[in-house]
Amino acid sequence: MNFSPALEARISKILGNYPEDRKRSAVIPLLLFIQDEVGAVTKEVVDEVSHRTGTPRVQVDEVVGFYSMLHRKPIGKYHVQVCTNVSCMLVGGTELYHHAAKKLGIGHKETAADGVFSLEEVECMGACSWAPAVQINYDFHHKVTPEKLDQLLDSLRKIQ
Amino acid sequence: MSQTVNITINGRQTQVPQGTLIIEAAKAMGIEVPAFCYYEGYSLQAACRMCLVEVEKMPKLQPGCTLTANEGMVIHTESPNVVAARKGTLEFLLSNHPLDCPVCDKGGECELQDMVFRYGAGESRHVENKVHTPEKQWSPVVFYDAPRCILCYRCVRVCDEGLGVGALGVSNRGVISEIVPNGEDHLKCDECGACIDICPVGALTSGSYRYQTRPWEMTHVGTVCTHCGDGCKTTLGVKNNEIMRGNNRDRSGINGEFLCIKGRYAFDFTSHNERLQAPLVRVNGKLEPVSWSEALATVAAKFKEVKAAGGRFGVIGSTRTTNEENFFLQKFARTGLGTNNIDHHRSGDLATLLDALSGRENALASVADLYTAKGALIVGADLSQQHPLIAFQLRANFRHHAAKLFTVTPGPVREDEIALAAVRAQAGGELQAIEGLREKLAAAGDLTILFGDAIKGEAVRKLVAFGDSLGIPVRYVCLLDNSNSRGAVDMGLLPDLGPGFKAVEKPGLAAPEMLADAKLDVLWLVGANPLKSATLANAGAFVVVQDLFLTETAQRADVVLPAASAYEKNGTVTNTCGEVQKLKPAIRTMGAKADLEIIGLIAREMGINAGIWTPDKVFAEIQQTVRGYNVPAAVLTAGAAALTMPVNGRVASQARPELIRSAGDTLFTSGSLGRYSKVLNSVMESPGGLFRHERE
Repeated sequence: MNFSPALEARISKILGNYPEDRKRSAVIPLLLFIQDEVGAVTKEVVDEVSHRTGTPRVQVDEVVGFYSMLHRKPIGKYHVQVCTNVSCMLVGGTELYHHAAKKLGIGHKETAADGVFSLEEVECMGACSWAPAVQINYDFHHKVTPEKLDQLLDSLRKIQ
Repeated sequence: MSQTVNITINGRQTQVPQGTLIIEAAKAMGIEVPAFCYYEGYSLQAACRMCLVEVEKMPKLQPGCTLTANEGMVIHTESPNVVAARKGTLEFLLSNHPLDCPVCDKGGECELQDMVFRYGAGESRHVENKVHTPEKQWSPVVFYDAPRCILCYRCVRVCDEGLGVGALGVSNRGVISEIVPNGEDHLKCDECGACIDICPVGALTSGSYRYQTRPWEMTHVGTVCTHCGDGCKTTLGVKNNEIMRGNNRDRSGINGEFLCIKGRYAFDFTSHNERLQAPLVRVNGKLEPVSWSEALATVAAKFKEVKAAGGRFGVIGSTRTTNEENFFLQKFARTGLGTNNIDHHRSGDLATLLDALSGRENALASVADLYTAKGALIVGADLSQQHPLIAFQLRANFRHHAAKLFTVTPGPVREDEIALAAVRAQAGGELQAIEGLREKLAAAGDLTILFGDAIKGEAVRKLVAFGDSLGIPVRYVCLLDNSNSRGAVDMGLLPDLGPGFKAVEKPGLAAPEMLADAKLDVLWLVGANPLKSATLANAGAFVVVQDLFLTETAQRADVVLPAASAYEKNGTVTNTCGEVQKLKPAIRTMGAKADLEIIGLIAREMGINAGIWTPDKVFAEIQQTVRGYNVPAAVLTAGAAALTMPVNGRVASQARPELIRSAGDTLFTSGSLGRYSKVLNSVMESPGGLFRHERE
């Protein structure tokens, strides 16, 4: 696979961080940044990362399966991740998730037809002190209420 | 030496080296700490939480599989806390595990079943529906039932670490985690079935065994695999005179639990519907079934006639028949028929090696030695394809003892990945390539050199001279093709060497010369199929074939005598390292007779007294006449392997390197037997290729 010059440069830099026989350490960052450009971790991406890091395909596949931030199918431009783990659940995380699902008209790990939003119910993301927490792409949003979420989603839809 | 520490387990004091795993320390005291994920010899996982033990002054229960022994530890493995924890662990393991034990292949020998039986957890507090996914077939050999899987990772580790294949992984997380194959929906691997054997539950099942029988309905027969030359013990599960499965879970034998696809599944040729079950005699140009007495009378009459007329016999033996059969065959041919025209398919230059090593002790390596050697040099062999057990031993040696491996091969081999140096050398260039490794080899401390048919004749002497010049202890393994290729040489299935490498006075013809002899009167083939690739010069020669199937050679025969396979008879075989082991009959195939019996009956029919032809009596004779074979019979009877040590004198061999060539069988081929194994032919990796390794 060929990537943009910027991504290629980034990949080279990441691979350069590790000794020659420890290239598999680069599997996670490579998957993450390639996903950002390609839109999903496709079969070709897995093969490419397996090839570039000299890691057996099945081991790259394990990583993709394990981490919820790696997606095999394309996700929306804005990936809305609502935490429903204990701390968030206690202060309305579950309701927040259902609210988001109703508003966006999609369910867990689903992408809206227009490709703008996708939704995911996630486990703890380490923001318990500011529960309930929502993560959209790489940005955290703290102490989110249904109203705040509505505003957030509306503003994102406008700027997209 | 590591420091010894005092620990107490369940009130009993013991001393163990510091750093010993608690689970192993307990095992040494006869205390079982149950575990699913822990498996001796593979990396630690600490995933199943079954082995939790209580250690005084530690606030929480500790996993015994990763906790190491330290001075003064006081450990309880069956305290009420521990028992409660195990019961809880089991309750969790059963939260999605279906209770389909009555129809599960593992039922009766399932570790999870055993643990629930021991600790309870018969009642579950879970009210949620069990997560269910349909069963998947990954190959003709491997089936995976995800709901039964307890995610112990044993299969993942045995495949990656043990076999060096790494075909399995774990995808997803939490409750939907499952084992995945490397080919998305199928496996691309050795199809060895090690993952199935090592699975503590019924998640991985084999295509050939599943839903065929309950384990307790079988009798188990420990015998030796009849395929390659490594001599793995395979324990055959037999029900109603049919082999249901092969494995070696009791770790008896030189291979421990290891088996490749051939040892574990390729017993199925025994029940192939083309098995010969009646003797055939050519009548009016066609092979017609006849009675044994008629067939034997035909053979004996012809043999007597040719012998009386001073005619020429040619005898070619097999590399899979037993030592007893080979010994008796050459004895009968030399003394009864009066010919030295005896040969077999030669796949390695053992005679020259033994000659070059004459007078030394400990110059040959056993399979066990391959696990402890500090260095190993592999010359011209694709071990993972041709000698899977040897490859497995060297890999384990690398994993556990950081053995230094070197490969000198014409193409890439799997061992390259763990080798200190991997050198490509085409035929004839091996010795030069080895010379280039001199310093690295000498630094290994001690060395075992394994070579295939690439090194023969003078090259063997040069190799030994090179080994001598390193100044470190060097041992050798001459790699040979089949389960008793070694025994065929040792027993004197050679025109110039009798049993025990004793030179014969008038050397006879080698196999190709017999076939090319226009004056040959009788060609007698015991389990050999030379006409697959050669033609018989004398179209009028009388051909007698003893075989399991109507091979290319048998189709040309005048008399075909149905032979019993190695799984249907008694006797001993010698592996490529020179270790003798005993076969045990698992089944009987109606109409077929063991080759020893057939040879004996022919002798009797001819009125020749060739001695008693029972395996025990012939082996007693071998013990007395074949040097190196004076091994204690009790060791063999007990099912163990005895290393023969024939190296003690010069061998006056003609060597004939041009006659030595490996058949080049891969993991998925096995001469004519392989063609009749459905399993070997059904996997998509078959027939494979040598020196073409590519990791998936």
